[in-house]
Amino acid sequence: MKAAALALFLALTSACAFAGAPKPAIKIENPGQCIAPAEEMRKNHMEMLHHQRDRTMRQGIRGEKASLNECINCHASKTTGSVLGKEGFCQECHSYAAVKLDCWDCHQPKAGHAKAAGVKP
Amino acid sequence: MRLDLNSRLEEHLFYILAGIGGLVTAVGMAAALFMEHSGHVVTGMNNQIVWGMPHVFAIFLIVAASGVLNVASIGSVFGKTVYKTRAPLSGLLAIAMLAAGLAVIMLDLGRADRLIVAMTHFNPTSVFGWNVILYPGFFGIVGIYLWTLMDRRMNPYYKPAGFAAFIWRLLLTTGTGSIFGFLVARQAYQSAMIAPMFIIMSFAWGLAVFMIVQKAMFAWNGMQLHPQIRSRMKNLLATFIAAVFYFVMVYHLTNIYFAKQTAFEQFILLSGGIFPTLFWGGYVFLGTLVPLLILFVPDLSKIRGSVFAAASLVLVGAFSLLYVFIIGGQVYPLEIFPGMDVKSSFFDGQIDTYTPSLPEILLGLGGFGIAFTATVIGVRVLKFLPQDDIHKLESAGHMLD
Amino acid sequence: MNEPQDKSRRALMGKAVTAAAVAGAGMGVAAIAPGLHLIEVAGAAPRTAGEAASNTVRWGMLIDSTKCAKDCNACVTACNTENGLVEPIKDARQGSQWIRKIDLKDPKNGREHSLPMMCQHCANPPCVDVCPTGASMKRADGIVLVDRHICIGCRYCMMACPYKARSFVHQPLTTQNPEVPRGIGCVESCTFCVQRVDKGLKPACVEACPEGAMTFGDLNDPNSAIAQRIAREATTQVRADLKLNLGVRYQGI
Repeated sequence: MKAAALALFLALTSACAFAGAPKPAIKIENPGQCIAPAEEMRKNHMEMLHHQRDRTMRQGIRGEKASLNECINCHASKTTGSVLGKEGFCQECHSYAAVKLDCWDCHQPKAGHAKAAGVKP
Repeated sequence: MRLDLNSRLEEHLFYILAGIGGLVTAVGMAAALFMEHSGHVVTGMNNQIVWGMPHVFAIFLIVAASGVLNVASIGSVFGKTVYKTRAPLSGLLAIAMLAAGLAVIMLDLGRADRLIVAMTHFNPTSVFGWNVILYPGFFGIVGIYLWTLMDRRMNPYYKPAGFAAFIWRLLLTTGTGSIFGFLVARQAYQSAMIAPMFIIMSFAWGLAVFMIVQKAMFAWNGMQLHPQIRSRMKNLLATFIAAVFYFVMVYHLTNIYFAKQTAFEQFILLSGGIFPTLFWGGYVFLGTLVPLLILFVPDLSKIRGSVFAAASLVLVGAFSLLYVFIIGGQVYPLEIFPGMDVKSSFFDGQIDTYTPSLPEILLGLGGFGIAFTATVIGVRVLKFLPQDDIHKLESAGHMLD
Repeated sequence: MNEPQDKSRRALMGKAVTAAAVAGAGMGVAAIAPGLHLIEVAGAAPRTAGEAASNTVRWGMLIDSTKCAKDCNACVTACNTENGLVEPIKDARQGSQWIRKIDLKDPKNGREHSLPMMCQHCANPPCVDVCPTGASMKRADGIVLVDRHICIGCRYCMMACPYKARSFVHQPLTTQNPEVPRGIGCVESCTFCVQRVDKGLKPACVEACPEGAMTFGDLNDPNSAIAQRIAREATTQVRADLKLNLGVRYQGI
């Protein structure tokens, strides 16, 4: 099933490439080590986040290796502060692959957005 | 006016009807899309009136869908020949209306895009969860039932199929009623009466819908319902109307008797503005007394179209009653501190108001569009017209029972 | 279920609680005198990374309504700031309120008082029973939450809640707090500030109350301030007739 989906994906993307769709321009704002090699991240980031989200949400496990907020903090554009929008780290690639992002109806896509710093200063 | 089958005029009329149905459906879908895009701010629903107009429409459609199947059950389960010829139409209407009701409920979800989640995640303690099994099961069982009725080779199996469909539809309406019956905290609901009350409502509303559709189909084909069959069906409808009235009365009387519920009943039945008006004027007068009068007074019931009028009034009563039940039950404040006067920024202790917005009404009407279109196309492409062989019925003595 | 059962870590946690130093230092809670730490921090130490919430803990709150001033809204403001409930909305009835102040008056004798009302974190929550997908859930430590990843927005939980504790998000949001994701089409309610509790902090409302009318802690820990007060003083559960076994208790109602 997975292999078939991947094959379809590759076929479609290569078809797009042949059709002349511009490749996504990914800008790495903070070059260095991600939590896994780029190749693995590209292939598995959704799985990592999916499992982590259930563990954190339902079991209350904090401080996991994969964390959406950490993705945002590191990858948000330095000009817009967001992972969305044109050249946004997430959106750029997801638009290219035509995969809908379901995260941002609820999650804050901007890094450093007024963090809850506690009640008393 | 008599329409010759497959005449040009008849064909035109069919396309016009299907077109109107399609248009209403399309407008409903557009309204749903708009709600989905903007969020529920564009509706009259809020954190006090959690369920609104779409739910009134959807619950009517779902309850009537299971009730309309009753016509078939009387034929297959209780062996009444007159109703057996009506079973296929009854099954078609049941499927069309249930699909329509479900569409409205699903499209009103805050995250209608996550429909698949409702299928893949199941909570066994949720009445909604049970319904996620009951609804598709209904489609399947009624589908098989229709097959046994309409395919000669499958005819021998129609009895068990009809029996299964009958049991399943009782379960289904129990599930629908229990959505409200199991709500422990709300004055208007939390009653074991509600599931059986929903079942008896489904009998009346389903039969009314069936008689309206039957009348339209007979008119289309220039046919007249045999007076004896008409008389039997009208008497059955009258019995169901009276039974619903009995259940509604007992439900309200028990509430009036319980001191903790009297304030709520006072509101719904006397002081609550639109709700008492709809209850007494819409449900009791128009939806119950007038139809009973029409159906039971011989001089009135003999007038052409009078039974059709009575059946239509039953539907007016159904909508009035559901509006009072669903909206009225939420407009009345939740009692968190019984016996205390309470005030808050979240409208605690306040009688709320609800004004349905256009998109949610259009979504509800879209549901009717779906049911209508599906029925029009269904009766056009397959043989659903009830045909009574009067001589055979008379000689077998079936006209008298 | 296969929750991690790391015994040595658990033992360490126990030590951390008694010594109040190991975990405290990790979270920046400066050394607190032994015996005082249970009141000063939430009632237990923050969980270490990778550790699941445990059912040995049951988070609860005790609210003394005799100390709650009628015109004070500090808990509500603190909640809204902490959880990012700041979006403007045209119709107030469509806006979210995780905590609200209710003014009560006894019509028989005119006695008035005021209290904050929010999710009562029931042990037997009706919202969890009715949720068709299991999005409405109770965490092992008793905190009732909505898993918005699988919430379909049917609002059945709002119909079922006896406390009107839940709100539905009626419009698209952009101003979420990164630590408190919330969004359109989903139902939400008080989380006991789960993002703070997991760090060993108290919920925002408790910390903000100028009268100290709200106590937060572990109901299961007999040494916690909340458990000791509940053992000593008369407390009430709202709509106790429903037998939902609430995590939030009141005094003076």
